[in-house]
Amino acid sequence: MRAIGIILAGGNSYRMKELSSKRAVCAMPIAGSYRSIDFALSNLTNSSIQKVAVLTQYNAGSLNEHLSSSKWWNFGRKQGGLFVSTPAVTAENNSWYRGTADAIAQNLSFLKNSHEPYVVITSGDCVYKIDYNKVLEYHIEKKADITVVCKDMPADVNVDRFGIIKMNEECRIEEFEEKPVVARSNTISCGIYVIRRRQLIEMIEKSKEEDRYDFVKDILIRYRNLKRIYGYKIDSYWRNIATVEDYFETNMDFLKKENRDYFFKEYPDIYSKVDDLPPAKYNYGSQVRNSLISSGCIINGVVENSVIFKKAYVGNNCTIKNSIILNDVYIGDNTYIENCIVESHGTIRANSNHVGEDGIRIVVERSDRYII
Amino acid sequence: MIKKEMIAMLLAGGQGSRLGVLTSKMAKPAVSFGGKYRIIDFPLSNCINSGVDTVGVLTQYQPLRLNSHIGIGIPWDLDRNIGGVSVLPPYEKIAKTDWYTGTANAIFQNIDYMESFNPEYVLILSGDHIYKMDYEVMLDFHKEKGADVTIAVMPVPMEEAKRFGIMITDEDRRITDFEEKPENPRSNLASMGIYIFNWSTLKEALLTNQDQSGLDFGKHIIPYCHDKGCPLYAYEFNGYWKDVGTLQSFWEANMELIDIVPEFNLYEEYWKIYTKAEILPPQYIADTGFVEKSIIGEGSNIYGQVFNSVIGCGVTIGKDTVIRDSIIMNQTEIGLGCEINKAVVAEATIIGDAVKIGMGDEVENETDPHIYNHGLVCIGEKTTIPSGVTIGKNVCIFGDTVEADYPGNELSSGRTLNKNKAGDE
Repeated sequence: MRAIGIILAGGNSYRMKELSSKRAVCAMPIAGSYRSIDFALSNLTNSSIQKVAVLTQYNAGSLNEHLSSSKWWNFGRKQGGLFVSTPAVTAENNSWYRGTADAIAQNLSFLKNSHEPYVVITSGDCVYKIDYNKVLEYHIEKKADITVVCKDMPADVNVDRFGIIKMNEECRIEEFEEKPVVARSNTISCGIYVIRRRQLIEMIEKSKEEDRYDFVKDILIRYRNLKRIYGYKIDSYWRNIATVEDYFETNMDFLKKENRDYFFKEYPDIYSKVDDLPPAKYNYGSQVRNSLISSGCIINGVVENSVIFKKAYVGNNCTIKNSIILNDVYIGDNTYIENCIVESHGTIRANSNHVGEDGIRIVVERSDRYII
Repeated sequence: MIKKEMIAMLLAGGQGSRLGVLTSKMAKPAVSFGGKYRIIDFPLSNCINSGVDTVGVLTQYQPLRLNSHIGIGIPWDLDRNIGGVSVLPPYEKIAKTDWYTGTANAIFQNIDYMESFNPEYVLILSGDHIYKMDYEVMLDFHKEKGADVTIAVMPVPMEEAKRFGIMITDEDRRITDFEEKPENPRSNLASMGIYIFNWSTLKEALLTNQDQSGLDFGKHIIPYCHDKGCPLYAYEFNGYWKDVGTLQSFWEANMELIDIVPEFNLYEEYWKIYTKAEILPPQYIADTGFVEKSIIGEGSNIYGQVFNSVIGCGVTIGKDTVIRDSIIMNQTEIGLGCEINKAVVAEATIIGDAVKIGMGDEVENETDPHIYNHGLVCIGEKTTIPSGVTIGKNVCIFGDTVEADYPGNELSSGRTLNKNKAGDE
């Protein structure tokens, strides 16, 4: 047990539009059966990291419900475990988390009461698979103070919403710019860091004294010439859910066999809370093509190029194309849905029509539902 | 001090030989059912849904699959500090060490287990029926009637009554007499093999009859209690209850799940059936796939066409393959361009390309006509079937088969091809 984990799960993104009005981004449902934080949690448990703190703040209801038991990720342990922490009013502190570094500062006792020499910090809104032990070995080999996991993005991807990294040939980070207007490199930070625990405590305490609250700006960027900060490049699948388009595309990526095989078939597995839903049921009139269907669904209509989350009901003579239907949505008969994300627990009236004309439309509908 | 009002003892040691090769490597309660479940999930879920949180599972025949499925009972919320689920195999003693020689003998050998919970009542269940039942309501009935023993019964058609243990009751539901598989039944109330005993009554009956060989509830304990004058009552149950003891009834019960509104509805919120979920990801239906009137478990990949079938978890069905009226269990892989009709394909089987199953006319099975009948094809777990072969009806295939096992690329109706004879592993 060389490391403990911290998942930064506080974030909200206005670019997620209506989707973030009811949950933190970390609790966004992904790929039919998962939530985005499952990837970070599973990676940590698969890397034999047994003690993990999840720092939440924004609208943590769905997230807390999802994390109500830690057994699904094998964190129900005597040694270590899962610690979910929200900001609390204490004798010394009465503010919210003012930034990522402040979130860690307010939970410094978690770091101080551990004995593991290293800390893995990761954000909870990324979809990826990684063995943190490899990053840790690299960190030790490079004698780094901080190691930042990074990835080269394809040239056609707009990287201006990421942290941009420039490394020298030894992979030491020379420049780090947060959300630059003009990016000078296409290497981005994945928001995954490895750092020695004592080093982190020291830096966080110092930042706190100076009223600095952001991990990237006030630690990574500020210390980049003083400390040995290295980049660890990955070329495997990694996506961050920050915008509606990202969210839509990330889900659609799972329609590709190579991504499904990578996440679902290759060792190790991704875990999630188990919902005890029956198998999906296809009645007469169902015509499903190139789509993911989750457990508990009942399908009576046409579904094409879509991701249907758990417990959705698709009525007779419906057509759903190129859309994402979130958990527990009821879709009445004769409905047409195209290029949409239908918010969870929605009830779509029969004979309705929802089409995203230019871009993805988010459908939030709360019609009454009568359950017999 | 530990005190449980009612604990359950679940008999899960039986082989279930009429399920043929499906139970050659696992006890009947561990057999897959309804896509993602195993038969034992139904009584276990009933227990926790009824508030019974202490369950002893008696295992004997091929218990590995059952043990790994039950584990410490997490899926059923039966991982408890006190009570929870315990797997109880036969064990060695200073004297009189024996296998479980009968249903009641198995319970007798675990008297210490039951005693440790200091129960008022003991619920005896069997692990091989599909039903949803609130045992708490049955217990209320038991208490209200002041019974020593309550037997759950269900009305069956009179012409079928001769296949069951039949209870004859007075107007107050007190049992006056009973008969085992009678030629001319005097009642149509069939015993479901579910009993509630007052612990003191059960303990006394077990201790008194302990030397009876093959000690059985129906044959020995119930008659003993009746003769002693204990009040025995019959609790009538009118819901769905299915004995999946034969291949034909097993297939039928699975097929009933895919009706538009099945009589046995898994989609009800208030009485969930729990199971150990090993596979989580959603299922994928490809561009070339088509699914109608079927249920499919998690993580399956469907590139072919599926009609009227029950497909388990993690199953792959290749392009241009057509599956009809079949049960395909977890982790089975079926190649391209196959045609499968009315087959029960057990777990982790690999079927090659262009295999045709369930073709031609029905011929009686050569080895076990009482098991493999009604045109069903039964393929045991971890079987391999080579590409390009044609297989008839009433056929049983088990083990690693190769082309040489199919002269002329054919296995005609009624044949049994078992390359996995007992004890060879």
